[in-house]
Amino acid sequence: MIKGKFIDNLPKVYGIYTGGFLVFIIIMAIAEQAGMSAKMIGIFFVAFTVLIYALIGWLSRTLQTDAYYVAGRQVPTVFNGMATAADWMSGASFVAMAGGIYFKGYGYMALLVGWTGGYVLVASLLAPYLRKFGCYTVPDFIGTRYGGNLARFSAVIVLTVASFTYVTAQINATGTIASVALDIPFNIAVYVGLLSILMCSMLGGMRAVTWTQVAQYIVLIIAYLLPVFWISNNIGAGFFPHFMLADEVARIAELEGQFGFVKNSAADLATVPKGLAGITKPHSSVNATPWAFISLAVCMMAGTASLPHVMMRYFTTPSVRTARRSVGWSLFFIFLLYSSAPMLATLSKISLMDPTLATGIIGKSVADVQALDWYQNWNQANLMFVSDFNGNGTLELNEFFMKGSAVVLATPEIAGLPYVISGLVAAGGMAAAMSTADGLVLAISNALSHDVYYKIINPKAETAKRLIVARVLLVLIGFAGATIAALEIQGILGSVIWAFDFAMSGLFFPLVLGVWWKRANAPGAVAGMLLGLISGTAYLVWVRNGGSGFLGITQLTFGIVGASVSLVSMIVVSLITAAPDAAIQKMVDEVRIPSGKTILGKQH
Amino acid sequence: MSKQEQHWEKTRNLLFITLAIWFVFSIGIFLFGAEMQESSIRPFGYPLTYWFTCQGSLAIFVILIFWFAGRQEKIDDEFGFTEREGEQ
Repeated sequence: MIKGKFIDNLPKVYGIYTGGFLVFIIIMAIAEQAGMSAKMIGIFFVAFTVLIYALIGWLSRTLQTDAYYVAGRQVPTVFNGMATAADWMSGASFVAMAGGIYFKGYGYMALLVGWTGGYVLVASLLAPYLRKFGCYTVPDFIGTRYGGNLARFSAVIVLTVASFTYVTAQINATGTIASVALDIPFNIAVYVGLLSILMCSMLGGMRAVTWTQVAQYIVLIIAYLLPVFWISNNIGAGFFPHFMLADEVARIAELEGQFGFVKNSAADLATVPKGLAGITKPHSSVNATPWAFISLAVCMMAGTASLPHVMMRYFTTPSVRTARRSVGWSLFFIFLLYSSAPMLATLSKISLMDPTLATGIIGKSVADVQALDWYQNWNQANLMFVSDFNGNGTLELNEFFMKGSAVVLATPEIAGLPYVISGLVAAGGMAAAMSTADGLVLAISNALSHDVYYKIINPKAETAKRLIVARVLLVLIGFAGATIAALEIQGILGSVIWAFDFAMSGLFFPLVLGVWWKRANAPGAVAGMLLGLISGTAYLVWVRNGGSGFLGITQLTFGIVGASVSLVSMIVVSLITAAPDAAIQKMVDEVRIPSGKTILGKQH
Repeated sequence: MSKQEQHWEKTRNLLFITLAIWFVFSIGIFLFGAEMQESSIRPFGYPLTYWFTCQGSLAIFVILIFWFAGRQEKIDDEFGFTEREGEQ
């Protein structure tokens, strides 16, 4: 693939790709009619898409540092927006978020606001300035702006803690999907997922990740929107669900009142498989205190602006101006999926709850539900469970349990859509988890190879050697992530939220103040990063071990503690130590205007 | 005041306006979530708070970023700080 030509032909290339994918879906649909088994369709969908990504990864292989680290800084605005959206929307967004909203309602919708509002901070506070800086990695900015290996190394530590927490969740998600779609045990599926991730990123670094992420965005957005529109039309809820589900939202509230939220006894709940939940919170009413909602949203927003794998996507645009606009496009592409998640949760719930719909199961006899095909499949996969607690033979609202991820993965089947849609959704979930895992593994290994190996340990290393080190680290980090993912310590959504809190604790203020406060200096930044990370982590450990916490800050919002400590310590330490020298002051002035040369050279 | 200082002052003012709008729709309105939910204003028929969490605020953020980018480009142009082609 010729480079210049490829960039010029992007709309055509991805247009053909999208068309090809749609044709593939149609072929699968015909094959299903002709009697192809559900299992084979699942395998085809996942295998076909993963092979395409691997092919793109191989075509984008490179031996140049600026191509490997920042895709040669020539990714056009809109395409960078798509790539960022795929980078951003992980297994948590695709597989887990609609489930979180389904079970927790308003309280979890704070994630929708938090995971989008953060981009306003990215666009206004950071992305254009970091692009002007011309760095390869986020620690590269910290190390150059503040000066000194200690600052650089502290940034690498925060980056690694946050991104590694995040990546284990993504490898967990690829494993979950691969195990369902390919019908293999989870602890093997995790490594199948890892292998696919490495194939996309190893040879071409950021360049390969960019072009596979665009391809993955196209798959995941089709896979998310198609079932939402289809189900909505199927049950007659309206042809454009986003504007037409108000009646269904009201109907759910009415049904909730009718069925009531009955609390199960502890003995009954003990019989429910681990990780499954029932509906215990109302769908649309405001059921969280303002502080619970706002604190979660704030953590997700500040975390967004501190996560290195997102920030580094804006290093790949051709200019400062395009970096800024690219943030807008990223959020637009994210918005397409996020505004659909609550609609999917609504459609899923109404399909299951409404007794007047053919798909409704609440109020039907337990024996009938247990005889349903889809129930048996998902029950076998340990994602669904019903039990007649009160012994009346009828399924009550409090007797139906599902895993969060089943809301997205199983809804098409529940709503009576052909299996081809379920296969498509599995491919979409795989794309979402893989694209984020790619970005994260690359962020960690780039920081270790560029900032630790090249900038600190061996500044004389040749390009070829640097890129070999980068690739070896990539594989090692991937395997470490998969090994931890196989242990299943924390659920997907939980680990992702932790990652945001870690990133916010250590990096938010050192990054923002690096641009917006000239007086910030190296000792201040180091104090901010390390004390922020340590205090946030300490609070998490304390609350996890039965600590009562304070100010209503939970294990999901510990970033508020970390970031506050980070801000105070950074300001105090900066003010009691010497102001940064004239060269650094001048550097900050340079960063603040878009014109002129980048601070760091093209190859560095 | 030098050209660069003026440019930075305008940039900073734009930041404050942007962050103020951001604050209102990401934090401010959710202080009154319960009250807004009872409001008779129902976009597309959805309860007001519910609508803001799943569409309203999100869409406003998208528009806000493009608006911000446009304004910042104007400021950069005004002071001649816009990048020239091929200058990176």
